[in-house]
Amino acid sequence: MSALLYLIPIALFLGLAGLVAFLWALRSGQFEDLDGAAERILFDDDDEPEHPSKDQR
Amino acid sequence: MTPNDVDLAVKAPSANGQSSDTGPFALDDTALSGGYTAYVRDLGDGRHALDCMVEGVHCGGCVNRIERVFQRTENVEKARVNLSTRRLALVWSGAADRADALCSAVTALGYRLVPFDPSRLSDEDRREEKELLRAMAVAGFAAANVMLLSVSVWAGYFGDMGPATRSLLHWFSALVACPAIIYAGRPFFRSAWTALRHRRTNMDVPISLGVILAGAMSLHETIVGGIHTYFDSAVTLLFFLLVGRFLDRRARGRARSAGTRLLALRASSVTVLRDDGTRVFRRPEDVATGERLLVGTGERVGVDGTILNGTTEIDTSLITGEAIPKVSGPGDPVFAGTINGTAPITIEATGTGDDTLLAEIARLMEAAEQRRSRYVELADRVARHYAPVVHGLALATLIGWIAIMSAPWQTALLHAVAVLIITCPCALGLAVPVVQVVASDRLIRRGVLLKSASALERLAQIDHVVFDKTGTLTDGTPELSPVPAEHRVALDIAAGLAASSKHPLARALARAAPDAVVVDGVEETPGMGLKLDTDDGEVRLGSRAWCGVAAMTSTPGNANSPSGPELWFTSPGREPVRFAFRERLRPDAEEVVQRLRDRNIGIEILSGDRADSVARIARTLSISDWRGEVTPSEKCARLEELSRSGRRVLMIGDGLNDAAALAAAHVSISPSTAADISQTAADAVFQGASLSPVIETLAVADRAATLVRQNFMLAFGYNVFTIPLAVAGLVTPLIAALAMSGSSIVVVCNALRLSRRKRS
Repeated sequence: MSALLYLIPIALFLGLAGLVAFLWALRSGQFEDLDGAAERILFDDDDEPEHPSKDQR
Repeated sequence: MTPNDVDLAVKAPSANGQSSDTGPFALDDTALSGGYTAYVRDLGDGRHALDCMVEGVHCGGCVNRIERVFQRTENVEKARVNLSTRRLALVWSGAADRADALCSAVTALGYRLVPFDPSRLSDEDRREEKELLRAMAVAGFAAANVMLLSVSVWAGYFGDMGPATRSLLHWFSALVACPAIIYAGRPFFRSAWTALRHRRTNMDVPISLGVILAGAMSLHETIVGGIHTYFDSAVTLLFFLLVGRFLDRRARGRARSAGTRLLALRASSVTVLRDDGTRVFRRPEDVATGERLLVGTGERVGVDGTILNGTTEIDTSLITGEAIPKVSGPGDPVFAGTINGTAPITIEATGTGDDTLLAEIARLMEAAEQRRSRYVELADRVARHYAPVVHGLALATLIGWIAIMSAPWQTALLHAVAVLIITCPCALGLAVPVVQVVASDRLIRRGVLLKSASALERLAQIDHVVFDKTGTLTDGTPELSPVPAEHRVALDIAAGLAASSKHPLARALARAAPDAVVVDGVEETPGMGLKLDTDDGEVRLGSRAWCGVAAMTSTPGNANSPSGPELWFTSPGREPVRFAFRERLRPDAEEVVQRLRDRNIGIEILSGDRADSVARIARTLSISDWRGEVTPSEKCARLEELSRSGRRVLMIGDGLNDAAALAAAHVSISPSTAADISQTAADAVFQGASLSPVIETLAVADRAATLVRQNFMLAFGYNVFTIPLAVAGLVTPLIAALAMSGSSIVVVCNALRLSRRKRS
């Protein structure tokens, strides 16, 4: 029974953390362009090796 | 396609290879150079920003191409395309007129950019949607956690949970539920308060009452250490209702305001000629009447005006629906939104900003939309009767328990609250939105975009259809009437000349003889015709007067005659040959009209085009009611007349001259080749060259109406079954929560039946 006293608050706190994260993501505009975000992972940005010497530094 | 893909307005090039939303003339974007700077915003410390709508973006590939252009550009801080809203946001450091260079990099790829001022667009809808989403998230979190605790309590009934543990769990529930109710319930409380202030009740009044009372009473029970609390019911109820409301709003949100699309129709900037001969770029609204403007070839006219000098052909399809451009010279009027086709002209502004014909049509539309929004949906009509009944029942329960059963007021209140909760329209709040979402989804897959939430209901009620002609029954492009064999040689030569002109009749001619040899050295005189000097003499293709054929009753310089659009062809040593053109009906127009007749729906045609061409189409389709040369306000008047005589009208049209009528009809549909503003005014937009989506949509609307009725019956059935239990005091929180979830699930599953293919 005493376990409940700290287990439940921990569970609630974790849930709250999840909620806060969702609300923050909503506010920072991450849900503005769901279609675009879905397509962006398919973009193939191959940067040409412009300065090969950079790697060897 | 997903339901998010609202831009059926962005059309793929039509069959003849040109972008059909600008009419027969391709829009020349170099005319816009210098025009982007008018919309650049200064962010301070040398940075500037510009927002544009991008037309032509279909998918991620387009987004990638556009953003790549800026990846290696110096000093561009941000270049991001939003695929959902088709907007490009640019931020760069440097001079404001870098905008032109940056934008032409994009237009060079083939996309059209229309700059706009973001502060003008009201994003009211999105803010409300976000608020609903936040409320839903909080309610969801609370519901899950409170349910967690409640299940423990219910389990405790069967075991040996002591009052201390139960009380602890109640307190935790209260801690989570109370703030959640206050936050997530706001949309409902606000709406209920507004209704009460106007002495009405809507669905939200019993909901708010039930939730608040349940929360307050449960808190009270928690404090005094009672056995039953209803936190879980209150919060779960809020969650389900918010889901329903969110879906409902999503369905409504498809209708973008006329303002957004009107921006795309107006010119983004105009060239004003100052008295000293210099040119300056300004926004169309900033021009004063009497000022002189220069309108380049291919440019969209920004204001209403009169031509001062220059002769050109103006694409008036936006206003009149005619595919054939109108020849205009000094003294003729031009209207904002039309496209200047063949030669630059100077005009004097006679109407700007809100005084243009375009703005007037927008106002007609908004007035009609306001009238339309008073349509009270079935769900709201039910709510009007539902709320008083529910309140009455709860009150009766309270009084009954105190008076008849002589119970303490706490018990009576408990039972009354149980009545309020169990009658809370959880299923009702979901019944209609879920069916709408499923129906929209099914229609999207068939190429029909539903833009208004109540459209389905209204579609199922219609008994009369009004068609526009050009672009709706016909596909808007002229077609060469069959040519007798002896003229085939002439046709080939004529087609060779016609290939170098953009005039729609010339293009139709060229299409009819695709194997013709294209010749060089053809000269075109706007509004008259083409001529070519050959070894044998002069060959001419054009209007009657141009070819020197004896005039009958047609006016010189006009390609149209009483018997239809025509082109004459003369060459040395040959009789003049006449090529006649007719409009192409959509392939299944006859079939669709017949199927509408089979459903006992009255049909008529209202068109702004000439009477004889309307008559011809009406005859082909065996439609006896038709009118030609109808102006936009006459169309609205006819629709009013029909609705006064009790008919429910479905209007199908595409031109700007239909926009007001589309808004005024009981319900309206527009083909996706329509002018943007008509798409905004219509309740649904369908893609493709055939008319069969109209029949499809009507079929889906009928099925949806049936399912909504079934859902209402299920929802009420559940109520009828559980209300007696609640009044008798047998409803515990467990039963209330189960009943609520159960009814919601049943309603959703029933709605899903719509997406199953019918055996027919």
